[in-house]
Amino acid sequence: MTTARAPRVAVVVFPGSNCDEDAAIAARTILDADVKMVRYDERALGDPDLVILPGGFSYGDYLRSGAMARFSPVMESVAAFAAKGGAVLGICNGFQILCEAGLLPGAMLRNAGLRFVCRDVWLRVESKRTPFTLAINRGDVLRMPVAHGDGNWTADPPVFAEMKTRDQIVFRYVSADGAQGGAANPNGSLDDVAGICNVEGNVVGLMPHPERAADPLLGGTDGARLFKSFATTRLAMQER
Amino acid sequence: MTVLVKVMLKSGVLDPQGKAIADALHRLSYTSVSDVRAGKLFRIEVDTADPRHAVEVGTQMAAKLLANPVIEDFEIALETASAAGGSR
Repeated sequence: MTTARAPRVAVVVFPGSNCDEDAAIAARTILDADVKMVRYDERALGDPDLVILPGGFSYGDYLRSGAMARFSPVMESVAAFAAKGGAVLGICNGFQILCEAGLLPGAMLRNAGLRFVCRDVWLRVESKRTPFTLAINRGDVLRMPVAHGDGNWTADPPVFAEMKTRDQIVFRYVSADGAQGGAANPNGSLDDVAGICNVEGNVVGLMPHPERAADPLLGGTDGARLFKSFATTRLAMQER
Repeated sequence: MTVLVKVMLKSGVLDPQGKAIADALHRLSYTSVSDVRAGKLFRIEVDTADPRHAVEVGTQMAAKLLANPVIEDFEIALETASAAGGSR
């Protein structure tokens, strides 16, 4: 084991973000990270190892969820960081922002049932090619909460077909025993997609909240596995 | 001039709101309703007297912010009363 420096994590705070502190706590407790909260109107991310776009309701979700946040000054820095291969994790509203910004494919529609859904879901890990799933087995089922009204992810059929061939589907909604179908999908997303990555695999977005299932006190620790996987990936990269 | 930007979900994209509205209309006995699509209308005042410029600006704003090209289409129009009124 190398004595690596603590990872630096930038948590972006938009007007209306409300899971930024939860993400920061998860990064501190699980990654032992040096966390910098970066305001939407700042440009300096602080040379991070990981950027988290947290959940919430940036700009009140006016127009479309994430539509205004993508034009925040900080997003230029996030896009540049992602283009250099930096690890970016978008959670819930963060996922919506990444789609609106074009850093991830597809777009969000209103939940198929038109209701805001706030409950635990089960996710099947579909790809190990991201830093957040590299240390998790494909097919593993994780439990964590969702809380959103616009999580019905969709994409044009040719785009989606291309994504599948490039292994860009990272998480799918399943039942507790890992099967697709039935009431497992809380929002009607295309092919039960819960989380995706970009072509390179360094930018990941998911609707469920791993940071809200990252401590036994919160009722579950499956979400912590994404952060632990990131830590493992980072150490492996450093030792290379 | 007043630019109207109409944003609608693309024809192939499922519209949960439109479907719920159609269901509600059926419950109100409007049985002849076969489909509803819900969209957005933006009424934007632009400081120009040039209709072409107003349409051009409206088109740019729609493409950049008001519509998401992955799921939505948009149409641009000028509000006729304001256009007839001239300077605005």
